[in-house]
Amino acid sequence: MTGMDSQRHPIVTESDVVRVRQVVRTLAVAAKLSLVDQTKMVTAASELARNTLVYGGGGEMMIDLVDSGRRRGVRAVFIDTGPGIPDLDLALTEGWTSGSGLGLGLTGSRRLVDEFAIDSSPGVGTTVRVVKWSR
Amino acid sequence: MDVGDVGDGWIEPLSERDEVLTRWVERVAGDLRARLSVPELQRELGEIYTALTVALTAGGTDLRAEQFGELRALLADLSSGRARQGFTPRETAGTVFALKEAATAVMEKRNVGYRDYVRFSEFIDELGLFTFETYVRTRDQVIVEQSNQLLELSTPVIKLWEGVLAVPLVGTLDSARTQMVMESLLEALVSTGSRHAIIDITGVGAVDTQVAQHLLKTVMAAQLMGADCIISGIRPQIAQTVVSLGIEFGEIVTKATLAEALALALRRDGFRFVRRAAGAEIR
Repeated sequence: MTGMDSQRHPIVTESDVVRVRQVVRTLAVAAKLSLVDQTKMVTAASELARNTLVYGGGGEMMIDLVDSGRRRGVRAVFIDTGPGIPDLDLALTEGWTSGSGLGLGLTGSRRLVDEFAIDSSPGVGTTVRVVKWSR
Repeated sequence: MDVGDVGDGWIEPLSERDEVLTRWVERVAGDLRARLSVPELQRELGEIYTALTVALTAGGTDLRAEQFGELRALLADLSSGRARQGFTPRETAGTVFALKEAATAVMEKRNVGYRDYVRFSEFIDELGLFTFETYVRTRDQVIVEQSNQLLELSTPVIKLWEGVLAVPLVGTLDSARTQMVMESLLEALVSTGSRHAIIDITGVGAVDTQVAQHLLKTVMAAQLMGADCIISGIRPQIAQTVVSLGIEFGEIVTKATLAEALALALRRDGFRFVRRAAGAEIR
């Protein structure tokens, strides 16, 4: 899997979440994702960007187009240096929320994408990497 | 000459006001290609020139100093005016930078030294940067104003039929927008005595958990007031995403299109739709 030019976008305010959605949509179109897959990727990115903002206290998104030789895709990595997630298994449980949300953000966005990797250490921060491939 | 005077040799030549100002107006008028009239520029640049020379005569070249207050105010007016009239940042800063060239002839005539000229140039750059900063600030302000206007514009409550209201949502649904939608919808329900509310999300690009939560709250509030609430405009890609995400709309009635939602609301009110037989007269 090779990556092309990676873009970096800060996630510090609510309007950054809006911009993240627009950027992800643009790249999803460039990767020739279907309309449904575009929407799924944009929605997942929206969830993860909001997590970065609300729970991670802000951070950034790195996004690029990836190519497996056979298919193209969009890869987005959300990075924050917030409090981290003490219990990842719990956080990945359907309906569990530490805030006031529906508790579907993390589990839901995992279902919306093709690849999902999360790495979190208490006191260090959280990194979530997602990829959506064209069919 | 004492040390303090080194580099100040450019100030005195600027007293040749008529010559410098005339050239300055000529240049700027040329750059802006008649979008501002010469008398207008003469007045505008004349005021700036006066403030500039008065402040320089008072001593010092620190733009932040008190004697430059008048000049700063005039430059701020100039750049915010230009920003609102749609001039480019290049044209706006260029108005100030044109003063360099306009004063060059006078500087030459007075044999102003190289060092002094560099100091003069630096000072004008400073003025240009100040203008640019104000320009950007004004633009930012304009953007904020516009997005606020958009916020108000984008949440109209429409009466579709006697007793049926609709709110077409477009774009992003954040907490501020939701609050606005909810308020205007609930008020309109009361003031029009309507029993049905349709929230149309055709124009919403992505429904994530936060948008869903906001929608659910709005619907619940409308239901508490005794209104029937329908969410319409669920496009195929949104439906699939909502399902994958695991959001449940529960008891809330949803429809693919606004037309279907209206038909449902009317049926609930006891209306029946009958297509006129072919050839029958319209009365």
